[in-house]
Amino acid sequence: MRVSLSWLREHVEVSAELTAADLEAALVRVGLEVEEIVDLRTAVTGPLVVGQVRSAEPVPKVKKPIRYCRVDIGEGEPRGIICGAPNFVEGDLVAVALPGAVLPGDFAITARKTYGRMSEGMICSGLELGVSDDHDGILVLPAGCAAPGTDARALVGLDDVVVELAVTPDRGYCLSARGIARELAHSLGVAFRDPAGVRTPAVGTPTPAYPVRVNDPAGCDRFAARVVRGIDPTAPSPDWMRRRLAVAGVRSISLAVDITNYLLLDLGQPMHAFDLRSLRGDLVVRRAVAGEQLTTLDGCERVLDPEDMVICDAELANGLAEGTPVSLAAVMGGQTSEVVADTVDVLFEAAHWDPVMVARTCRRHKLSSEASKRWERGVDRDLCLPSLELAVRLLTEHGGGTVDEPVLDLDTGPVPTPITLAVDLPARTADVPYRPERVVEVLTSIGCTVAGDDPLVVTPPTWRPDLTDPADLVEEVIRLDGYDRVPSVLPIAPPGGGLTPAQRRRRSASRSLAEAGYVEVLCYPFVGHASLDALGISPDDPRRQLVRLRNPIAESEPAMRPTLLPSLLAALRRNIGRGQRDVALFEIGRVFHPGPAAGRVPPVLPVDRRPTDAALAEANAVVPAQPWHVAVVVAGETEPAGWFGSGRRADWADAVEAARIVAAEASVELTVQAATYEPWHPGRCARLLVGEHLVGHAGELHPAVCATLDLPRRTCAMELNLDALPLSGTVTAPAISTFPPALIDLALVVDRATPTGTVERAIAEGAGPLLESVRLFDVYAGAQLGEGRKSLAYNLTFRAPDRTLTVEEAVAARDAAVATAADRCGAALRGT
Amino acid sequence: MSHISNPNDAYQDTPLDQAALDEAVRVAEKAFAAAADLDALVATRPLHLGDRAPVSQARRAIGTLLPAQKADVGRRVNTARQALQSAYDVRHLELIAERERRVLAEEAVDVTLPTTRRPRGARHPLTTLMDRIDDLFIAMGYEIAEGPEIELEWYNFDALNIVPDHPARTTMDTFFAEDPGLVLRTHTSPGQARVMTTRKPPIYIVCPGRVYRTDELDATHTPVFHQVEGLVVDRGITMAHLKGTLDHLARAMFGPEAGTRLRPSYFPFTEPSAEMDIWFPQAKGGPRWIEWGGCGMVNPRVLRACGIDPEVYSGFAFGMGIERTLMFRHAATDMRDMVEGDVRFTHAFGMEV
Repeated sequence: MRVSLSWLREHVEVSAELTAADLEAALVRVGLEVEEIVDLRTAVTGPLVVGQVRSAEPVPKVKKPIRYCRVDIGEGEPRGIICGAPNFVEGDLVAVALPGAVLPGDFAITARKTYGRMSEGMICSGLELGVSDDHDGILVLPAGCAAPGTDARALVGLDDVVVELAVTPDRGYCLSARGIARELAHSLGVAFRDPAGVRTPAVGTPTPAYPVRVNDPAGCDRFAARVVRGIDPTAPSPDWMRRRLAVAGVRSISLAVDITNYLLLDLGQPMHAFDLRSLRGDLVVRRAVAGEQLTTLDGCERVLDPEDMVICDAELANGLAEGTPVSLAAVMGGQTSEVVADTVDVLFEAAHWDPVMVARTCRRHKLSSEASKRWERGVDRDLCLPSLELAVRLLTEHGGGTVDEPVLDLDTGPVPTPITLAVDLPARTADVPYRPERVVEVLTSIGCTVAGDDPLVVTPPTWRPDLTDPADLVEEVIRLDGYDRVPSVLPIAPPGGGLTPAQRRRRSASRSLAEAGYVEVLCYPFVGHASLDALGISPDDPRRQLVRLRNPIAESEPAMRPTLLPSLLAALRRNIGRGQRDVALFEIGRVFHPGPAAGRVPPVLPVDRRPTDAALAEANAVVPAQPWHVAVVVAGETEPAGWFGSGRRADWADAVEAARIVAAEASVELTVQAATYEPWHPGRCARLLVGEHLVGHAGELHPAVCATLDLPRRTCAMELNLDALPLSGTVTAPAISTFPPALIDLALVVDRATPTGTVERAIAEGAGPLLESVRLFDVYAGAQLGEGRKSLAYNLTFRAPDRTLTVEEAVAARDAAVATAADRCGAALRGT
Repeated sequence: MSHISNPNDAYQDTPLDQAALDEAVRVAEKAFAAAADLDALVATRPLHLGDRAPVSQARRAIGTLLPAQKADVGRRVNTARQALQSAYDVRHLELIAERERRVLAEEAVDVTLPTTRRPRGARHPLTTLMDRIDDLFIAMGYEIAEGPEIELEWYNFDALNIVPDHPARTTMDTFFAEDPGLVLRTHTSPGQARVMTTRKPPIYIVCPGRVYRTDELDATHTPVFHQVEGLVVDRGITMAHLKGTLDHLARAMFGPEAGTRLRPSYFPFTEPSAEMDIWFPQAKGGPRWIEWGGCGMVNPRVLRACGIDPEVYSGFAFGMGIERTLMFRHAATDMRDMVEGDVRFTHAFGMEV
């Protein structure tokens, strides 16, 4: 909402000394957010004067309509000024910026030679001066308004401050100069003059201004109208009105329409002006019926919904319902009944519509108007008659004609319900000791009627439909007394338990992956089937079951990710595209899988009380599963070459190690097994288990996936379901033996296909409790071992808790290990 | 002093002669000093301390002397012998020290060489910023609450007093799931509603996490962003408690000079509601107020919908955007840098912010 200070001044006693900064502070203090404030008084510096055009000769041999003007600026000798605008004639008064003036946008005016003449200034348009968006031509000032040479600022509107406010949804009344002025009066503690306080008939006359039937009082609880006949259809809107409309960004159309727009901005009452001549019969206000259509003022033909409210002409029949719609009520008029260039008889309508109905109609038709914006936020239902009174006054004052005596006012509105307020509730809420008189004073000042002592019985004014609860009144008291009066007190919370184990684990995983060289990214979680195709994920894979969005950002990514990899690989590619060669990334985030009750409509839950446990459980069953996953991707060298030696490329083992790093932070041991799983290389993919439970995969990506995604060859990846890792229990401290160890090396020959993990497990189990550690230090395959065999060399460390081991004991344990490995894996001791 | 020998005595010109002894010592000392390294020193040993060395010969010659002479000559020979040995030892120690010095000098390295063999990664500043806020509240006894990102409309809207057709529903540009009743949460408040429906007060929680609105990505908007929201529900909670908590948070995040200002505003789930500005002394271009987040006293309607009696309990809530916080706390100018995952951006922040 944009208004000017001069406009607000009509309704509120603002001191002439008020600066733009004061105005801003005053508005902000009461909760009106200032989006922009422009002090037009300082917008133009230097000489800006009234000039009278003495002559205007076209510059010869120029295709454009350039004229050389002699302009009297009260100096005796007229100045020569080149001007390209055609919209003025000799004798017109114009605004002239002289050399030395600086216009908005740091546009400095100088004397300069152009089109072969000296131009000693500029004849200005509204746009150049920053007073309007109008660049159709230069500003022609009213004849005789001032003598040439007079400062032109006041005449062009440069004596004002324009302010644009963001109005919160609860404060519909502040979408008007009336509402803003009221708040400004509260903030500055000055007097407010209500523009709606005009003398007006209290009720409708027995004979209506026009026959109207309201068939649906729930949708329209008030409908008022008045008629003006015989206006001059060519009468222009007064300058002041056009200027205010321009400030608000509304185009001037015709006097009657401008008046409705002006009153909408000034009072906040949306109105409609019908061309009386175009109406055939009674007006009927009703719900639309299915299939009805209406072409609204924006030229759009709309199919109406049975919930929409329409104003119909009863004489026109469409065979569907009574009359034919001529207006989409509260939102936009129809084309047939609109005031046009030759309208002489005008029917002004001012009604009061159901906000919810309007909101739904707007959403349904994807149509929002200045009117609907106000209806949705609540309009003062007592504005109908004052608005009509001001409308007929303005129309007859500026357009002539006579006002019909009859006044229509169909009022079926509700009696306002008072709110009971404990008088100390504002003080208890803010921790500020407001006295009861202060509470009453504030509530009265905003227009409430207050009765009783404690509790107070408060009836809010008609322009504050947002005030329904005691808390709303509490806010008013604290707000108008000043939020800055609220003290600062730190509450003492009861002792807490710190992070949960799952939260601690997530943090540890993040930190240790970062320590291990991975850089965290936070990717958008949107995917499409193409993202999964690129990973080679088959159509029947469970990861193809996606939670889809109705209104995705991109049609190509209409669903929520079932795996972290697509977006993580995209980030990898982006980094490589930007010139990084070695990239290691990780993400810890949620993935999404449809829940067991996916697609079922959740029950309707109440808001006036807590839903039952059963109802909440039923509703929660439709919520998708959203486990936390961790994933890494890595390409290039994890250990770059340096003065110390050559580098090491990332490989499948780094991916598995990343999983082990995460598992170690969770204090669980992973079992690693060979697996085949997209998008991994079928021979270089590990399945990661905790016990028997599958928790993730790691390894090198399938070459085809790297090719499709344009990733470096041998890019590696790991993804793990963090939530699937069991939360670890308390660690039992180990007994540390101080007796010396017995160290034995062991080389076993096995089939090349035998997983080393299996051999190691056999050694560990066979060796028994004396084995302290087993470490694989070499894997060797050579001709002398035989085709398809490999040798695994281990360091074994044996130690007893209570004595120094004898050689015999250690060897016996080693032999037991060999025996078990032979038994389980067909292992043979090398060299035997 | 009769017992002191005369150097010009009867042993002149024999190895037992004092002059010869002195000369042997002098020559040996010179040779030891001339030895440039330990090997050279060891090579001088046979000549001056070996069996055929003059002093050794003199020692053997003592046996040929008269008993009366033996004591005096023996003493002088021994003195010479000790002088020799001590000169040798001193030089030996010198040369060992010199060798150690040389070895250490030879072993010197260029300590300015790069030492990182395995580069460290980094945590995303949005994560570490949320952790930091979480830690501050944990230290005050709060707990960290979480909720799903695909959320029931009831928790995201209805329970928070944003009934259907409320204008606020259209101002929060919402992603809707195809399945009925589900949205991508537009704020982390539904997580708070979940806590309120399942726990009894006192409730002191913060709720960090990812939220969604249908904005196009540009320098100052992203459809996927992060918030931290706080909620306290207890007996006797006032707006002063809200202000005190925000002041504490502001000082912890922006230094002891920081403070907060509340401006009246509107949110359906709080009443009274406020926009919170912080006084940011380190702001680029000079200290100023910066809009940081929204807050207010929990609307009694919200408490009621969650099963908490507003006649007994009151509460406050606040929330702020983490991307925005990162922007002004760290003078980041483009939100796209936070979502694109460029390692150069994240590396700059390391492990903590």
